[in-house]
Amino acid sequence: MSKKLDFKVLFMKNIVPVIFLLMTAIMMPFSGYSGKFLVQEIVTRLGRDTFLVLALLIPLMAGMGINFGLGLGAMASQIALVFVTDWHVTGVSGVLLAMLISTPISLVFGLFGGYLLNNAKGREMITSYVLGFFMLGAYQIIVLFGMGSIIPIGDEGLLLSRGFGIRNTIMLDGVAGSFDTLLDRLFGFRVQIADIGIPVVTILVVALLCLLTWWFRRTKLGQEIRAVGQDMGVSAASGINVSRTRIISMLISTVLAGYGYIVFMQNVSVMPVYTGANTVATYAAAALLVGGATASKAGIPGVIFGVALFHLLFIVTPMAANRIFGAAEVAEYFRLFISYSIIALALVLNGWNAKKEKDRALFGHRNRGGDRINTADAQPEPATPK
Amino acid sequence: MSGLIKKIGWPRLIIGLFLTGLFIACPFVGVNIQFAVNDVMGRFGMNLVLILSLVPMIQSGCGLNFGVPLGIVSGAFGAVCSVELQATGFMGILTAMLIACSFAIVIGLIYGNILNRIKGDEMIISTYVSMAFVGFMCLLWVRLLPFKNPLLLYGFGGSVFKPQIPLSNHWAGVLDKVLYFKIGPVIEVPVGLFLIGALCCFLMWLFFRSKLGTAMTAAGSNPEYARAAGVSIDKMRLISVVMSTSIAALGMIIYYQHYTFVQLYMTPINLMLPTVAAILIGGAAIRKATITNVIIGTFLFQGVVTVGPMVAGSAFGDIADALRLVISNGMILYALTRKEQR
Amino acid sequence: MHTDNQEVLRFENVGKSFFGNQVLKDISFSLEKGKILGLVGENGAGKSTMMKILFSMDDIRETGGYEGAIYLDGVRLDFNNPMDAINAGVGMVHQEFSLIPGFTATENILLNREFTKRSVISKAFRGKLDTLDRRRMHLSAQEVIELLGVNLDPDMFVSNMPVGHKQFVEISREVNRENVKVLIFDEPTAVLTESEAQVLLHALRTLADRGVAIIFISHRLQEIIDVCDSVIVLRDGELVKDVRKEEGYSVVQLAKWMVGRDVESKSARREKGLDNADDIVMDIRNLWVNMAGELVDDVNLSIRRGEFLGVGGLAGQGKLGIPNGIMGLAEAGGTVLYDGKPFALNSPKAALDLKLAFVSEDRRGFGLLLDEPVYWNVTFSSMQVLNKYLKRYLGVRLRDDKEMRETTREYINSLEIRCVSEKQKVRELSGGNQQKVCLARAFDLEPELLFVSEPTRGIDIGAKSLVLQALKSYNEDKGVTIVMVSSELEELRSICDRIAIICDGKVAGILSADEDSEKFGLLMSGLRSDKESA
Repeated sequence: MSKKLDFKVLFMKNIVPVIFLLMTAIMMPFSGYSGKFLVQEIVTRLGRDTFLVLALLIPLMAGMGINFGLGLGAMASQIALVFVTDWHVTGVSGVLLAMLISTPISLVFGLFGGYLLNNAKGREMITSYVLGFFMLGAYQIIVLFGMGSIIPIGDEGLLLSRGFGIRNTIMLDGVAGSFDTLLDRLFGFRVQIADIGIPVVTILVVALLCLLTWWFRRTKLGQEIRAVGQDMGVSAASGINVSRTRIISMLISTVLAGYGYIVFMQNVSVMPVYTGANTVATYAAAALLVGGATASKAGIPGVIFGVALFHLLFIVTPMAANRIFGAAEVAEYFRLFISYSIIALALVLNGWNAKKEKDRALFGHRNRGGDRINTADAQPEPATPK
Repeated sequence: MSGLIKKIGWPRLIIGLFLTGLFIACPFVGVNIQFAVNDVMGRFGMNLVLILSLVPMIQSGCGLNFGVPLGIVSGAFGAVCSVELQATGFMGILTAMLIACSFAIVIGLIYGNILNRIKGDEMIISTYVSMAFVGFMCLLWVRLLPFKNPLLLYGFGGSVFKPQIPLSNHWAGVLDKVLYFKIGPVIEVPVGLFLIGALCCFLMWLFFRSKLGTAMTAAGSNPEYARAAGVSIDKMRLISVVMSTSIAALGMIIYYQHYTFVQLYMTPINLMLPTVAAILIGGAAIRKATITNVIIGTFLFQGVVTVGPMVAGSAFGDIADALRLVISNGMILYALTRKEQR
Repeated sequence: MHTDNQEVLRFENVGKSFFGNQVLKDISFSLEKGKILGLVGENGAGKSTMMKILFSMDDIRETGGYEGAIYLDGVRLDFNNPMDAINAGVGMVHQEFSLIPGFTATENILLNREFTKRSVISKAFRGKLDTLDRRRMHLSAQEVIELLGVNLDPDMFVSNMPVGHKQFVEISREVNRENVKVLIFDEPTAVLTESEAQVLLHALRTLADRGVAIIFISHRLQEIIDVCDSVIVLRDGELVKDVRKEEGYSVVQLAKWMVGRDVESKSARREKGLDNADDIVMDIRNLWVNMAGELVDDVNLSIRRGEFLGVGGLAGQGKLGIPNGIMGLAEAGGTVLYDGKPFALNSPKAALDLKLAFVSEDRRGFGLLLDEPVYWNVTFSSMQVLNKYLKRYLGVRLRDDKEMRETTREYINSLEIRCVSEKQKVRELSGGNQQKVCLARAFDLEPELLFVSEPTRGIDIGAKSLVLQALKSYNEDKGVTIVMVSSELEELRSICDRIAIICDGKVAGILSADEDSEKFGLLMSGLRSDKESA
């Protein structure tokens, strides 16, 4: 219809990114950061985090909502990273070995998760959220009690002073920067554009995953996952194995989350052994949602935009708040507040829109007779007495 | 026999046996069983009303209230205000309850309206709405509240709240001390705490026998049926959310008076999953909860998390934390993945 | 009979009973290649059971299979699930759309049968990782759409399509299957406009000419006459007529075969008709109701005080929408006068406060609290509406469970509800007893006007007569006006004073219960009896 309406619809559809973009724009001058610093940070974090956020796409496509159980893959990788560090395998081979070790563990975790989510249709998100904490408990039992006692760990430095159980944080010196600075080390100088360091290999890895995701959507399996995500009943009636498709989505997501966590860790290089996994899941979900994703639809450009905006928010707003209120403690809580409120707001607005759409669909039933061929979107509105 | 097991339910049976095992193990690992009994009683009384607060929302069909931190943070706010006002003793705790409940009612109205505007995914949305709100309250604790009492704030000037605020000079233990008596040298029976818990349970029981309470139960059991009988589903849900939130605030004041400290910042979130798990262990389902579920659940859950670390602590160190995560979240997963009859 | 090798599908003495209740008896017919067979019958005549047997649906297999045999291309069928039937070349176009709204027409038509391009790595994944060949998919969809002769964009999302186009997408999907031999169309024209229906009928002919055998189920008898080569008529689970086009038949004849004999026993009905044509308790003017699958378009109906009014018609025509709209359970509009005063629509509370009550056809939805005891189900509504069963204790009004249970026990006795006790959960009761609980609940509301929807659906014969008897005596002894909506015309004719037939969301006509069968049949098919002679 009119252009004005289109603009309004566009605005309502992208209200979450718009709100937070405005917020960043307003806060930017207060933060006092230089443009160069911000660009460098964003580039680094795009390389670091995009992989993890991409891991959320497949379950979303399969109609399982946001996989708040992304931490499962991260835990698998934490186990792998402990081994790689213990065996002193360093550099790119260390990263690749960690990925290799994490894969079977991720598959087991993902299988378990997929099975559970198949029994919780319609409430996948809360189930995956709780699953993250359940697995954290199981993971702690393995790492805090199993490692160094049943599972042999050679490097005493990794263990707690009591002789078994891994320390709270591990320095991943061996694999630190393996991707980020690979080219720099090969060339012998820092790869940079206008003084901004570029983690070339990391970005290439992320680009490869984007490409793979794009390709995957065009495959037969990708089509099946999309179909299942839209309507399980119709998919089943046309012979698609719904349960298996959903489990496959969960497997892919968990394995990718594991790889993503390793990419993340080779940049951060300090691994919080007991607290890292679920935090990463929260941040990834927030980044995806601030990029304009809904609980049923997301795209690759949105992911990249989301990661950039989320981290800009993450850097700028706490510092700005800090300056405005003059208290350093504000910053930390501002971060928590920002990430939780992005998720809360996005989910509420999504739920809201979904309900409105459902009501509208019901409304559509009333249109009998007349020439309906050309009047699909111009339904007469019956006067509702109230 | 199998009928009996079915009636009790496997989860309760396993956890009950586990708890019995823990008590039996006490003497063997050098834990004084009297300490164990004493602690379990205290923790039971302290958590009962908080867990009771979940009942209205479950009964009205809103599901498990993962938004319980909203009530908890209201309780914290009430407690902090009473300290700021320097109200002590019974007047102190009443002030705290009054402020906490009024705050919770306002929050509950907003929260309830949000939940009425969405369809599906209530549980994950309430989780994040409450976490966002707790994050927002953190900002207030750090900087934005014009409170003056030095007991609340760090000494270095400014208005940054301490994470733990002692209530020992205000109203800590005022309920515990009512009709309080001792058994032997160790066990202290906080009769007042139990009495207020019992009173809350009784009032809740009465409510669900009223016309409104009956309508709320029907709305949760089958919204369509209730609507056909002229009951407004949205109204029932809103009332239940306000009730749940304000009872949680009340429960939190009771919690603090036994705990003797108010905890601020992110701590309300740490109580979310254990609270939900407790009522499920008591036998509640996503759409059905009774007072008995609350009492059994509080006892079993608090029993395991209190005695567990005592027993395990001497044998395995810090395994208790991991076990608590597995048990409480495992219980929630069990409830979420159970097939609902429809 | 037809021994030529063109025969595709043959039913031989097919029968089916559910728990001793014979719903299909001794059905035999055959269908040849390239022919269109019309299948007509009232609701519950056995049409859908027949199709379920053909597709080997779960509920047929789980209840002990069927009698007789079905042959496809001369081979006896032995399907284990609907997918087997589809793979063997039997397709069905459903009444409800089975489409994915966020997919394009092409994607829907080729769902799970997509063309793919082979790729190296995908061998290991059994072709799951082949990329889709969208160009070929588009061409294939285009081809079938053109075959049907509709103007439809294969790249349009189904969610953006008008209802008629969705129907064509659904049909295209079935037609697109490579080996399709038999296609069943279940009321495909119900959602179409007249011009769209014409296109569809034309498409059916085209398909048949290409060698597909078609079973066409429709209540629009004129369409049956226009397009079918032969017709079979089902009534009460029996095949009452199998005629070929050459033998000749008219709409009137079809209607008569469908509805069957005139009612002999009028025992249940009032001796003398009521003589109160002017005492109108409820006057319904221009009522529309937005109820999924049961749209009411423009209903005008006057309900006389004290009468037993029947509302009949075929499924999906809107008869169920009327009580649901008036009771505020579905969005409604129009003017309704109750006792001469304006009546508020869209409010269940307002309707109940005016002493209206409703026994819903959706027992498990609106009718019952399945997980609560019988006595809650019976007394809940009257507690909420009439403040019954509330007792003051120290100034607080609380539920009086004792009185609730006592009242319920009375209903259990009077309506012969079979249950262990009033405390048993309703979920554990049989369908008939659940229905009696619904009746008890309505009676306990002490209504002045009672709507009853499909009171005998899905319950056994014994319970059926008990339910009808209870309604009749409630009407006669207490003078309560009853409006009963039912798909079973015989049932309406046995008990009601007048019967309104709903077709296409409007009242097609109101007849006295002892009018001729064919008049009812014609009204149901959307033809006025005055057109009959023309």
